[in-house]
Amino acid sequence: MNATPATETGAPVTEDVRSPLHDEHVALGAALTSFAGWQMPLRYTSDIAEHTAVRTAAGLFDLSHMGELEVTGPQAAAALDGALVGNLSALANGRARYMMIVADDGGVIDDLVVYRLADERFVVVANASNVAVVREALTDRIAPFDATLDDASLRTALVAVQGPHAESIVTSLTEPAHVDQVRALKYYTATDATVAGIDALVARTGYTGEDGFELFIDADQAPALWRALLAAGEPHGIVPAGLSARDSLRLEAGMPLYGNELDRTTTPHDAGLGRVVKLDKVDDDGNPLPFVGRDALEARAAAEPTRTLVGLEGLGRRAARHGYPVLASADEGAAVVGTVTSGAPSPTLGHPVAMAYVDPAHAEPGTELAVDVRGRPEPVRVVALPFYRRPS
Amino acid sequence: MTLPTHLHYTAEHEWLEDGSPATVGITSTAADALGDIVYLELPAVGEELTAGSVVGEIESTKSVSELFSPVTGTVVEVNQAAVDDPSVVNSDPFGAGWLLKVDVTGTGPLLTADEYAAQSQA
Repeated sequence: MNATPATETGAPVTEDVRSPLHDEHVALGAALTSFAGWQMPLRYTSDIAEHTAVRTAAGLFDLSHMGELEVTGPQAAAALDGALVGNLSALANGRARYMMIVADDGGVIDDLVVYRLADERFVVVANASNVAVVREALTDRIAPFDATLDDASLRTALVAVQGPHAESIVTSLTEPAHVDQVRALKYYTATDATVAGIDALVARTGYTGEDGFELFIDADQAPALWRALLAAGEPHGIVPAGLSARDSLRLEAGMPLYGNELDRTTTPHDAGLGRVVKLDKVDDDGNPLPFVGRDALEARAAAEPTRTLVGLEGLGRRAARHGYPVLASADEGAAVVGTVTSGAPSPTLGHPVAMAYVDPAHAEPGTELAVDVRGRPEPVRVVALPFYRRPS
Repeated sequence: MTLPTHLHYTAEHEWLEDGSPATVGITSTAADALGDIVYLELPAVGEELTAGSVVGEIESTKSVSELFSPVTGTVVEVNQAAVDDPSVVNSDPFGAGWLLKVDVTGTGPLLTADEYAAQSQA
């Protein structure tokens, strides 16, 4: 056995920020891990059991490490239009949008979910590892506007209930007067609601490929909500689920992870997410609206892609992992045609899956390639993403 | 959990039980760190092992680790039940989740249970 990193042994990492749910995790016997400066649950019992519970029943996740940046003011929408790649002024109140913030060269600084709560009030949810850089970039970019940014990350807890039973569980705890509006939430919409007696922003969003909700609450209310959800969810098969299951779930769902599929050297178009970029957005007077990275992304959108993000289905047993070379074939001396960004044995499908950037000439679904798995080629086949789509 | 005191251990989280043949497995610390083990790649019966060399792979949903041989010798049996259902390595790493039986001609550096426990808590 290799010596495993200290961060995966469950040893406490005291310099990390603790979630407001830390004591709950400890009481549940979680293995804790250091993640983006936070001490978070890696797993409670079994990665596969937690993964499967989300696919078949429900899982409860602590996502309090995510960053919440509130942007408010008369020009909040215009400020975000100039700061982010999408058209936020066109976002209706109560709706959410998957979004990116890019640098001048079009490289992705972070992927985000932006919620519009009111005409002049937005919440930008950033990855824990990028909260500081996003906060600084946004602060600079909105400075010319009548808008202010408030980092609510540390006073906000975020818990997610994900899985086919999520609606039953969340509505069973919802204030009767709010049940209909929670039940009526469509994917990527949000509403204020009282859940287990606690004021929450309830969003129908997630990172698992299942139906589910994310609940934003005051940090000091988090333990009470967490316990209420576990208790109400028990007859529905809910289990607490850690970051390990979150990663395997999002991989099966073909969702990018910052640091794997996305980074500063990647444009949204490289990742197949050019749809989030609105090159044609205009201001109130109909004039083209500049935003940071626009020129670079316009050029990128017009150019032939140099690499394409694809799904790879493993035909052998050994899984491709982040950083492994993709080869044109399993033959000795085969050319390197790409790099794996994420990979794991898929608990749902029972075979290895991976995402990879490959040369566009090798990106057609059905193409047979190989991955150099620690010195030995493993055969893979290009498949369309996602690997898993929930039954509708 | 309490480590069996009759076993020898390595710094790389293998255990070794004396005998003819000797038995090799991975510790509960290793199995817990890996998470759910889904695939074992083990040497074949008859293969010659050298103490300290990589002789297999243990793959979980989360990560993969190499298996180092604690001994020099010849593989005489592979735990086919564990290959078929690697979850037994998680559920019973010191028992039914053993990996190899080896005719031993030499050993690498070995630790007692106390020494291993002290090291893996460090």
